[in-house]
Formats: sequence, structure tokens, C-alpha cells
Amino acid sequence: MSTKLTELVKKPEILSGGHRLCAGCGASIAVRQMLMGAPDDVKLVIANPTGCLEVSTTIYPYTAWKASYIHCAFENAASTLSGAEAAYQSMKEQGRIKEDFRFVAFGGDGGTYDIGLQALSGALERGHRLIYVCYNNEAYMNTGIQRSGATIMGSWTTTSPHGVKGSGKKENRKDLTAIVAAHNIPYVAQASISHWKDLVRKSQKAFAADGPAFINVLAPCHRGWRYDMEKTVEMAKMAVQSCIWPLYEVDNGKWKLTTKVPNKKDILEYLKSQGRFSHLFKEENKHLLPIIQQNIDEEWEKLLKKCE
Amino acid sequence: MTWEIKDIQKWDWKKHPAGAVIKDPGNSCQFKTGGWRTFRPIRDDKICNQCLICYVFCPDSAIIVKDEKVVGVDYNFCKGCGICAAECPVDAIEMVDESKAKKKQVE
Repeated sequence: MSTKLTELVKKPEILSGGHRLCAGCGASIAVRQMLMGAPDDVKLVIANPTGCLEVSTTIYPYTAWKASYIHCAFENAASTLSGAEAAYQSMKEQGRIKEDFRFVAFGGDGGTYDIGLQALSGALERGHRLIYVCYNNEAYMNTGIQRSGATIMGSWTTTSPHGVKGSGKKENRKDLTAIVAAHNIPYVAQASISHWKDLVRKSQKAFAADGPAFINVLAPCHRGWRYDMEKTVEMAKMAVQSCIWPLYEVDNGKWKLTTKVPNKKDILEYLKSQGRFSHLFKEENKHLLPIIQQNIDEEWEKLLKKCE
Repeated sequence: MTWEIKDIQKWDWKKHPAGAVIKDPGNSCQFKTGGWRTFRPIRDDKICNQCLICYVFCPDSAIIVKDEKVVGVDYNFCKGCGICAAECPVDAIEMVDESKAKKKQVE
């Protein structure tokens, strides 16, 4: 399949305008790019756990989705979709459904890293043919910027404040993409909205995979990250270039770096561009900067070894 | 399928579908978000090289493409985030103050 834009623009728009996500939201960009990779001859079933994307795209009596859509609770997008997929397989076998369907879940990082992890793990283990997309904005943005398992160390959120006693989140994030890869499913990838071609190609691979697929997409949030709204794509690009968000895939167990970073940038530039890290540049917190850089370097080296 | 919701405010509870089912997929296009805008993207057709990058990065699906070419911005939905202008490789999109742009339109 082609990743040429002249081909992609001919595809029907599945997320229509008029939804009420913030201006400059990264989540809807992630959804649009992801669905550009869907094959033309299939119908889609979308599941959406609670989160920004769900509350803003489906405000009754309006929906932005031009596909079958189900909203489920925060923790069970993967199990809801598993059930739908299992029912579809059965009905297809009985000849009650003729068309081809594909199943896609869009969860935020809260609904994937933390609350929905158990349901996700179960769905992956059972081997349902579904795609789980995590649009990762590194905190619970819908409820007003609380820390999640995806939040980077040192980052400010309302539940990891900075002041006399605190200096942002103390713990490092968990590596969910690697956790999912450990389920030995056909396709796992990490992507970013700034590298759209890479993301569309990964989406095409995920749709083609015969079994569960998982894509973790970095979708910056300007309200939570504290930058100007037109810089959403720029922030995602900087994250890739500073290797805090490496782009790779695990295709049937084979790790591969999909975007090489020849001139790895210092993390300082990335941290300086966002208000959530502004306290790190105060005298009393400056000792944290080398630790953050060291964490990134260690994770990057580990990844390079896996991709050899 | 069309689902008439013009007088939904006057519906009694029996008329609402069970489970808050929305019977018209993609009907958010009836809800205009253009009023959120403080800056309006204006595209210069002479500079634009039709790379379609604005289409792929628009969060509001507001870039209108016809025959593989960008023909304009749907101001009913564009919230004026300015990502298209920031990411345009040839700087063909300019963000103009909405009130000034509106005044110009009237003239």
C-alpha cells in the first residue's frame, strides 16, 4: 500500500470536523493519521475508553465518527473490543455477516498505561485480531493534568507539583511498548504524529497483521505540556530528535529502529520549550537535569542493542 | 440515515434512543466550531506547492482537498490552532486576526 499523500487524501475522512477537542490537539491528528492506513475495502469498529478523545468527539446528540463506535468504561476498551471481535468471527463463520470488519481501540495513556493495562494484556494474550492505539500525551489531560504511568520524570502535573518539597514527578515512566512487545504479538510499534509517513506505514502493517497489534503514538497536549498550540507537531518532532521518544517497531519479534537519529539532540532544548519543565531550570532543581538525560541515554542504548 | 435532531431540546425521554445511541454517524459536522477561532489561516495559492502537509496535520479535518489539491480551509470547523501555518514548508499560510479577516470579507 502507498503512503503517498496524493493517494491518502482520496480516502474517506472517518473523524469528521465539528468535534470539540481543543484547537491544536494532538489526539485527533493521531487518529486521522492512524485511520489513513486503514484498507479501503473494510469497515471499522472503533472502541474508545473514557478520555479527552471520547468526551469531545461524542457529545450527545453529536458524534464525529463515521464508523461503528462504542464508548466503554475507562478500564475495558480492549475487553469490549475483544468481545465484539469474537462475536464477529462467530457470525462470519455462520455466514450472518458478509463484509470484512477491522477493530480499532483508541485509548489515552491513562486508559492504557494504568487503568486499562489488565484488559489490554488479556486481549493480547487471547490473540484477538484487533489494533490497540494508545495516543500518549503523558498525563491524565481530560481530568485536568494528573500524573500517569507515562509521565516523564521531573514533569509538573497537578498531582506531582513543584514547590518547597516537590520538584515534579519523582519516578521514571514505564516502558509500555516493551511490556506489550513481551506478549509476543505479531506487531508492536512506537510512533509520533510528527513523522506521519512512518505512522501511516505502521498503521498499514498493524491492519495487515493477523492477530493483535499495538501502536503507541506520541500526541502532545498543549494544555498539559504548556506550550503554544501551533507547536504540537514541533514538540512531537523534538521528542523524536532528542530520543526521549524513539520510533521503532517489533514485527513478529524482530526489533527495528524505523527512524534513525544521526544527530541526537540534547534534552535541554526539549525541556526548555515546555512550561511543565520550567521549574527544573531553577537553582534548587538543576541537579535533576543530568539524571533525566542519563535516563534517556540508558534507555536509548538499551533500545539500540535490541534493534541490532 | 438521517436523524432529525433540530427540536431535540423539546423531546421527552421516550424519544431519546436507549443507551444514548447516536443514529447518524459523523453528524458533528452540523456543529460549527469555527467560532472558537481568534486567528484565521489564509492560504496563498501562488506560494502553495500542494505538498498536502497541512491536510495531514490538521486536527479538525478542516483542509478541503479536491482532485489531490488543497482548495481551501473549512472555516466552519477550523479552530485557528495555526499548526498548518507552522508546519507549511513554504510559508504559504498566514495567520490573520479573525476580526480583521471578517471585516475584510464584508468589504
